[in-house]
Amino acid sequence: MRIAMVKYNAGNTRSVLCSLNRLGYEAEVTDDPKLLRSADKVIFPGVGEASTAMAYLREKGLDEVLIHLEQPFLGICLGMQLMCAFSEEHDTTTLGMFDVPVRKFVLPPQFKVPHMGWNTLICSEDPFFTHLKGESWCYFVHSYYVEVGPSTIATTDYGPLTFTSVLHKDNFYGCQFHPEKSAEVGTSLLKTFVEEL
Amino acid sequence: MLAKRIIPCLDVRDGRTVKGVNFVNLRDAGDAVELAKVYSACGADELTFLDITATVENRGTFCSLVARIADHISIPFTVGGGIRNTADVAALLDSGADKISINSQAVAKASVIDELALQFGSQCVVCAIDARRNPRFDKDGVEGWEVYVHGGRTPTGIEVVSWAREAYDRGAGEILLTSMEHDGVKGGFAVDLTRRVSSAVGIPVIASGGAGTMEHFREVFAEGMADAALAASIFHFHEIDIPELKIFLAKHGIPMRTRQ
Repeated sequence: MRIAMVKYNAGNTRSVLCSLNRLGYEAEVTDDPKLLRSADKVIFPGVGEASTAMAYLREKGLDEVLIHLEQPFLGICLGMQLMCAFSEEHDTTTLGMFDVPVRKFVLPPQFKVPHMGWNTLICSEDPFFTHLKGESWCYFVHSYYVEVGPSTIATTDYGPLTFTSVLHKDNFYGCQFHPEKSAEVGTSLLKTFVEEL
Repeated sequence: MLAKRIIPCLDVRDGRTVKGVNFVNLRDAGDAVELAKVYSACGADELTFLDITATVENRGTFCSLVARIADHISIPFTVGGGIRNTADVAALLDSGADKISINSQAVAKASVIDELALQFGSQCVVCAIDARRNPRFDKDGVEGWEVYVHGGRTPTGIEVVSWAREAYDRGAGEILLTSMEHDGVKGGFAVDLTRRVSSAVGIPVIASGGAGTMEHFREVFAEGMADAALAASIFHFHEIDIPELKIFLAKHGIPMRTRQ
């Protein structure tokens, strides 16, 4: 099993690596298109800001590489938002694997932004969720959210708003929360991604 | 629904936990990693580690501890103590911390908050505020509180709610509000002050200082509008058991992350 993690200026690479190590896997952190194309699984982590991240990916030519990858691909947090079509964060055109926009939270004042902490997933049928049972609590930290669209396979409620917490289309998966920080639920989802998808 | 968070806090000196932590069935109760694993397994939502020596010589020790914690637990954790500049923060985040907390340094030079938020993102910048009652700041029948620094020893002449608001405006992602008045007394959190700070900022507020009973947690969540509550000795000494506390709070209508 060769897992590649996309190397760009994202903050949480180390946490994701630790999480994979606990599952018994190593991952290669790389921006080499050849290594990304030949990996069995690709993980696209992300903590940071959309326009800076996109500028970096374009400069390295990684935008074109990523959208054409054919193996199971998982974007996390900002990684997932970058897989959408457009982000309101500095009005950024993003990679576009999912034809859905990323919006800024606009909520009544008692709902703090960032949406930070543990919240639940409302899941539809998908192989990604095979091993989840009961309530699925996951750890979120984000100020922008993905609208609910045709590729949404799980949603989460925050105040009056329902947003996308997991996306899936073909080989592409994205989750808004941090599986690497979501205790046993997150560990189980990462394990499913690595071993079964 | 977003859950309210329960956060145990561990004081660390030279890479080991202090405050006479009393845990049974631990090979080494002074080992921060072992304790972190225990808390993570019993449902703590997050952890906070404070480096109470925080001398320049000890930075390396603390960073390697942070790296070991990151290797072993899969819940978020914050580290703080003696952070002076962006280089300190970069080292801690690179070691695997999710957030850092700053206190005295932010008061000494408020622009540090802007710099950190810009470079690392607001989500990892926690502004810790130590507060003490000061009648000089009373206004229109509302109790006034003053910001203290250097472990609660030095008064600053700054009013707490306005400082919290400034930290928020400068880009802090969270406020950790400790009432020095209530800390260690176990008579309950500073509910009124917590509510005023929580209403004044658009970011989460962690209440700290004063937890003695499960009811105190209910109060600070329901009436104090806290987003999270932090405590140390009552968890370390098993006076309150985290799973039991969460069941109690959930029964009283406070949204809690429960385990499968």
